[in-house]
Amino acid sequence: MITLLKNGKIYDPAHKKDGVIEDIYIYQGRIIPKPLDPSKISQTFDLSGKVVMAGAIDMHSHIGGGKMNIARMMLPELQQKQAQETKLLTEPEAHICTPHCSHHAVPSATDTGFRYIEMGYTAAFEPAISPVNARQAHLEMGDTPMIDKGGYAMLGNDDYFLRMLAAKKDQKAINDYVAWILHATQAIGIKVVNPGGINAFKFNQRRLNLDENNSHYQVSPREILQSLSRAVHELGIAKPLHVHCNNLGAAGNFETTLNTMGASDGLPMHLTHIQFHSYGTEGDKKFSSAAAQISEALNKNKHITADVGQILFGQTVTASGDSMMQHLNAKHANPKKSVIMDIECDAGCGVMPFKYRDQNYVNALQWAIGLEIFLSAEDPWRIFLTTDHPNGAPFTSYPHLIRLLMDKAFRNETFAKLNLDAQAMSNLASLSREYSLYEIAIMTRAGASKLIGLNDRGHLGVGASADITVYTDQPDREAMFAKPDYVFKNGELVVRDGVVTKVVWGATHTAKPAFDIGVEKDLKDYFDKYQTMQLDNFKMSNDEISHDGRGSIVVHDNKQASL
Amino acid sequence: MKNYTSSNEPTSATCPACGLLCDDLILNATGAESVKNGCAKSITFFEQSFQTDISASASLFGKPCDLNTAISAAADILRKSKQPLFAGLGTEVQGMRSLMRLAEKSNATLDHMHSESTVRNTLTMQNSGWLTTTLAEIKNRADVILAIGTDIVTSHPRFFEKLVWNTDSLFNKPTPEIIYLSVPAENTQAGIAPNGTSPTVIPADTASIPEIVNALNALLHHKKIKADTVAGVAISTLQAVADKLKSAQYAVVVWSAASLKFTHAELTVQSIVQLINTLNENSRAAGFPLNSGDGDTSINNTSTWLSGYPTRSRLVNGKPEYDTYHFSTKKQLDLCDALLWVSTFNPHSPPDIKTPTIVIGHPNTQLEHQPDVFIPVGIPGVDHAGLMFRVDSSITLPLKKLRDNHLPSLSDVISKIEASL
Ligand code: SF4
Ligand SMILES: [Zn+2]
Repeated sequence: MITLLKNGKIYDPAHKKDGVIEDIYIYQGRIIPKPLDPSKISQTFDLSGKVVMAGAIDMHSHIGGGKMNIARMMLPELQQKQAQETKLLTEPEAHICTPHCSHHAVPSATDTGFRYIEMGYTAAFEPAISPVNARQAHLEMGDTPMIDKGGYAMLGNDDYFLRMLAAKKDQKAINDYVAWILHATQAIGIKVVNPGGINAFKFNQRRLNLDENNSHYQVSPREILQSLSRAVHELGIAKPLHVHCNNLGAAGNFETTLNTMGASDGLPMHLTHIQFHSYGTEGDKKFSSAAAQISEALNKNKHITADVGQILFGQTVTASGDSMMQHLNAKHANPKKSVIMDIECDAGCGVMPFKYRDQNYVNALQWAIGLEIFLSAEDPWRIFLTTDHPNGAPFTSYPHLIRLLMDKAFRNETFAKLNLDAQAMSNLASLSREYSLYEIAIMTRAGASKLIGLNDRGHLGVGASADITVYTDQPDREAMFAKPDYVFKNGELVVRDGVVTKVVWGATHTAKPAFDIGVEKDLKDYFDKYQTMQLDNFKMSNDEISHDGRGSIVVHDNKQASL
Repeated sequence: MKNYTSSNEPTSATCPACGLLCDDLILNATGAESVKNGCAKSITFFEQSFQTDISASASLFGKPCDLNTAISAAADILRKSKQPLFAGLGTEVQGMRSLMRLAEKSNATLDHMHSESTVRNTLTMQNSGWLTTTLAEIKNRADVILAIGTDIVTSHPRFFEKLVWNTDSLFNKPTPEIIYLSVPAENTQAGIAPNGTSPTVIPADTASIPEIVNALNALLHHKKIKADTVAGVAISTLQAVADKLKSAQYAVVVWSAASLKFTHAELTVQSIVQLINTLNENSRAAGFPLNSGDGDTSINNTSTWLSGYPTRSRLVNGKPEYDTYHFSTKKQLDLCDALLWVSTFNPHSPPDIKTPTIVIGHPNTQLEHQPDVFIPVGIPGVDHAGLMFRVDSSITLPLKKLRDNHLPSLSDVISKIEASL
């Protein structure tokens, strides 16, 4: 029972294959070498002229958990209105409409899985699980069909960690706590959102800069980043500390971002949705692009990776753990409403609908800034294609974004229609770069897999899980990436001509580094005194994900750094 | 004393009897203090649960039958129905997941038994949003608590014990000041601090809450109010409340949509939300909406991630629709051609209607008129495991199976009905 994918044009950056014509053999869900006995081949797909890539991996997409459900619940009008529309390939959220399309900027769990696989994405990672809310995040992801998933647990605003930092606990104690959180929340990595700021907001601080202290704990974001990046590094989980910098969305925030790059003393860090953190204060409107400075620093600092968080025009909803900055920006909500929460001495959240308009100076410039960063990044292995779904745009707009990156004429044409003042403040038209298919494959496959440490996904080598996407090579890259000819998930054909033909359920990826269980002694005391649930109920068991026979857990290796 | 648990060892349990979802209960097999850490409400819940008839049989028109016969009779009714109503929905996450699948297959309308209250909050959230908080934040930060129209403890009994009179808190805050607005004086005992400090009690009719909250809003905006009193409350009293809220480190405003029993109560919820927003311009404050129970928070969250909408929703050929007005149980009882009533935590009776009725729920459900099909199922958190959302929606906790018996779970039964459609 071997499946043969014959004569495809292979784009597999992990193996430096840039459009070579090769065959791929699939057996029991994995890619195998050419079999000695060809009679075992039971199924052949002739892929002559077709583009073949590994299934795409979205390394940062808000797909599950409390704030996504708040976004759905507070915006029934989005789903109602958009249920009546059919999307065209010329719109930013291009995709092939199915009878039950919702087009909600935050689709239901079911639709999330369907929309992803229809575009050839076979995995997506939720970047902001607040540890107390992990169970809900996994419930939602567990009801998301078709794709693999995983999550990053948020630390750095939880009172337990900040107490440790303020008490100058040693790094080993911090590492044990971080590892314990990874186990308890079934996460694959650690994220910090507005380090210290969400917590500071609860003490009525309204902004927090990198070297400013949280008024209660007297620790700074820089110290939080140092401690957490070191913990992540020493625990050896593949994924670097995932950082949403302080001062999200604020004019002039690029300096915070530049300084943040230096905060980890050279240890790896991933700066997420960097577009939202690349703003200067020049010009009449005191809002300008700092993409040049950010890109230069990004190119120079090899320990830093980033995803862009591109904005695209249209209605969406922003959902963030950053209650401090979302509260500050709530006046810009459109329609005008916002849900802000302080959560359980652990985290926060802020959710508000938002409409990016191409004739609005700031929005138009945000659009240009994202693209400027993409086009100025020298190393495609260190930059990732995201819209910070749904914050910059729904993930269904990826094909549109890919076209903007690959097609200069299309990009400049779109740019020429934007707010004129914004055009005057951007050098986008002078950037002539066009991304190649190979570079797109790096950003959306090989690089993402390497960053997260997925080993057997994101490439097409022998032994890899057969998550494979096949496209027709078309000059209109948006049409091409919106509608793959075939998508294989673990070797099974699940999408044909952009439409799901079989429903499957992906695995949940986790990291479980070793730690000293002694850490629970103090935690138990803390929970009993200050929390409102039992320590044992905070922890999620493997069984909770796999008991229904549909979900499964993959534990990724970690290479414990020598201490 | 009866045996609460299957073993003779004390067992820890999570209590689903109210939205606080306390998970520190210890059920003892014997002894006077049979439920440790439990409140009266939880003791009633567990006693009621453990007294159920675990050998209760399914029935058709009151005549006992085996489970499979009942399941195929239920499937028959749903197969013939064009627009069934799934009401009650007293269940937890796993039960709701299975109900959503069945609803999709049978084009059902979904509404929870307490949604009349829930909708007041949901509409506010959908109209203006809000700023809210969770239990641990209250426990560690709240220094002023304003309860509007609710004594809190009737619906959420351990609120003060667990979150207000706690002596350990992360930031050494003072014992919170309690202000009751429009709560009958005889219900304000719970607000007396352990050191004897009395709460501030501002008596007023429920019906005058809108007026008073508006006056508070005006005072927060430094607007002059011409009258000396509003709805019988002295302006000076309200000014004192406004000042306390403003100078609080972390003020928490609690309301219960269920107690706001007047038309357009959602507008009052909105005024409360506005008050909280105004406070947050300069200081910190947060809202805390209480829920009604019977799994309301759980089923609305589950419905939302599965379909994009909370309840008062309908699935038409797989496509979800949402309408808080038309899809109410009250309206749909006149329109539906079959009723599936679900109440697993409590023996709530179904509404009495002529259309074919399937009741799946608590073994002790009192049935005045025998429904076409009755299937007794286990109680989540007693007879089988489950998952439940807390009042603040941020926390989901596992419910435990506490005793062995043969009652099927709701999701078992629903999945079998779905399979035989
Ligand atoms: S307060 Fe509520 S959850 Fe806690 S024990 Fe009482 S009824 Fe149960
Ligand atoms: Zn569509």
